[in-house]
Amino acid sequence: MKTAARPLAPVRRLCVYTLLVLGAIVFITPFLWMLSTSLKPLRATMSFPPEWIPAPPQWANYPEAMRTMGPFFRYAGNTLLLCVLSVGGTVLSSTLAAYGFARLSWPGRDKVFILVLATMMIPFPVVMVPIYALFRDLGWIGTFRPLWVPTLFAGAFNVFLLRQFFLTIPRELSEAARIDGCNEWGILWRVIIPLSKPALLVVALFQFMATWNDFLGPLIYLTDQNDYTLALGLQAFQSKSGGTAWNLLMAASTLISLPVIVLFFFTQRTFVEGIATTGGKN
Amino acid sequence: MTKTERRELAAGLLFISPWAAGFLIFCLYPLLQAARLSLADYSVLSAPVYIGLENYRLLLRDELFWQSVLNTFWFAAFSVPIGAIVPLSLALLLNFNLPGRDLFRTVFFLPSLLPLVCLGVLWQWLLNGDIGLINSFLRPACEAFSALLGTPLRPPNWLSDPAWTKPALLIAGAWTTGNAVVIYLAGLQDVPRHLYEAAEIDGASPLQRFRHVTLPMLSPVIYFNGVMSVIGSLQVFGLSYVLTGGGDGPDRSLLFMATYVYRRAFDYWDMGYACALGLVLFLIVLTVTLLAHFVGRRFTHYESK
Repeated sequence: MKTAARPLAPVRRLCVYTLLVLGAIVFITPFLWMLSTSLKPLRATMSFPPEWIPAPPQWANYPEAMRTMGPFFRYAGNTLLLCVLSVGGTVLSSTLAAYGFARLSWPGRDKVFILVLATMMIPFPVVMVPIYALFRDLGWIGTFRPLWVPTLFAGAFNVFLLRQFFLTIPRELSEAARIDGCNEWGILWRVIIPLSKPALLVVALFQFMATWNDFLGPLIYLTDQNDYTLALGLQAFQSKSGGTAWNLLMAASTLISLPVIVLFFFTQRTFVEGIATTGGKN
Repeated sequence: MTKTERRELAAGLLFISPWAAGFLIFCLYPLLQAARLSLADYSVLSAPVYIGLENYRLLLRDELFWQSVLNTFWFAAFSVPIGAIVPLSLALLLNFNLPGRDLFRTVFFLPSLLPLVCLGVLWQWLLNGDIGLINSFLRPACEAFSALLGTPLRPPNWLSDPAWTKPALLIAGAWTTGNAVVIYLAGLQDVPRHLYEAAEIDGASPLQRFRHVTLPMLSPVIYFNGVMSVIGSLQVFGLSYVLTGGGDGPDRSLLFMATYVYRRAFDYWDMGYACALGLVLFLIVLTVTLLAHFVGRRFTHYESK
């Protein structure tokens, strides 16, 4: 049941607004500072009191940051390639697995599903070394494979998310398709997937962000600088510059954050609903 | 098993096979392998040499290990409550449904979109002791206090003073609670309106309504997020890693359990020892999670449907 709020008394309304605005200022200030710093000459980053509006804005910081980071467009290409591969792998594999857990009944299903949830608790540091050793034995260190091939093996979180959504689709639709002669693949492809586009979009978005933002994976598995992703490139730039060229570091950070923020603005509704369903109300 | 059951089982297993294979390759096998390697001297480059419980014996006497445990618990003890209070307060404010609510929600959410590395670089800059923005706000306040109290007061050297690195990490972490804001807000919107109306008719004050309607109705969400945040904060690593530029802070004040596993594995190539550390981390996470689960249950209210 949605709540339709009654109008608040003007004084309380003012209090709530004041608190919201204060909160918003605290949350937005770091962003504005990042942007402001990215447009300053190096000298001005050290001025006190802080200068908010750089005059004139140093747009040249952006190309310079890209040059200093290394082959920027290569990094961007690598990142995009990994994003496409891992989004494809995740959507494909978790759809299949979620269908098996949500729409088919088979002996032991719910026990196995508890196992799916339990695996979310395993800390990555425990399995990190054996997985690294495994990829090393396969000769995959220094390639992109350790970063996207695992997405072909449905991750627990995405299976959980899609299963919850698939469960809400009425059984009768599957039954009707079955009577019309559809097998399980047909039902998945013609009934479930068309009805689950928002949920699939959520999974795709989450995976895109995860791959775009990931730096631990690339840090462990990539060895050649030409294979770096944007996140790892920024990390390397930062440890190389030792944190002095703040204007360039902020310009690079802005550039790398911008795509995810733009993507978020275009998909905000789906995104927010997706996060809300992960809140574990059941 | 009947013929239909067998057919159903085959179909079910076929569909879940991507997950099942992933479970075997990326969960079960590595866990067993980690247990085996934790009994070995192993550098990846040569075959493991089995040394029995030697790694665990070393671990008990390893000061860095104990320091990492202490740091981790110190961090979790603050980050779990902060990770509930900050987003819950923001969600409560948003739940008044005032015009512009979606804009505020977006503003609170934005920070959690930032790539971890950007987050690290940005907060290094904001928390810079000499020319950081935060200290440029604090400095005038400190000077005023100094004049008032007669003792010199300085803004903290966040990232180079071991006493301040963990608070710095908590601040940067609290800035990225947008996910939880969205989840709590969704939970608040699901609280049926008639419960508030009934409470109001009974003469409950806003505070009483919060205590006796909102909190119990929201408790499953708080509980779930609480458990997830316990699991997450015991594994804290990424943010501290980028905030220190790939280190563990002055005096190892940001050396956490997960950080130590990573260091042993990829800085020293001491993989057997890293596996032992990882397993101990796993046991700690498991114990604390079960504890949180049982304590949390007692305070969680479930609607019977």
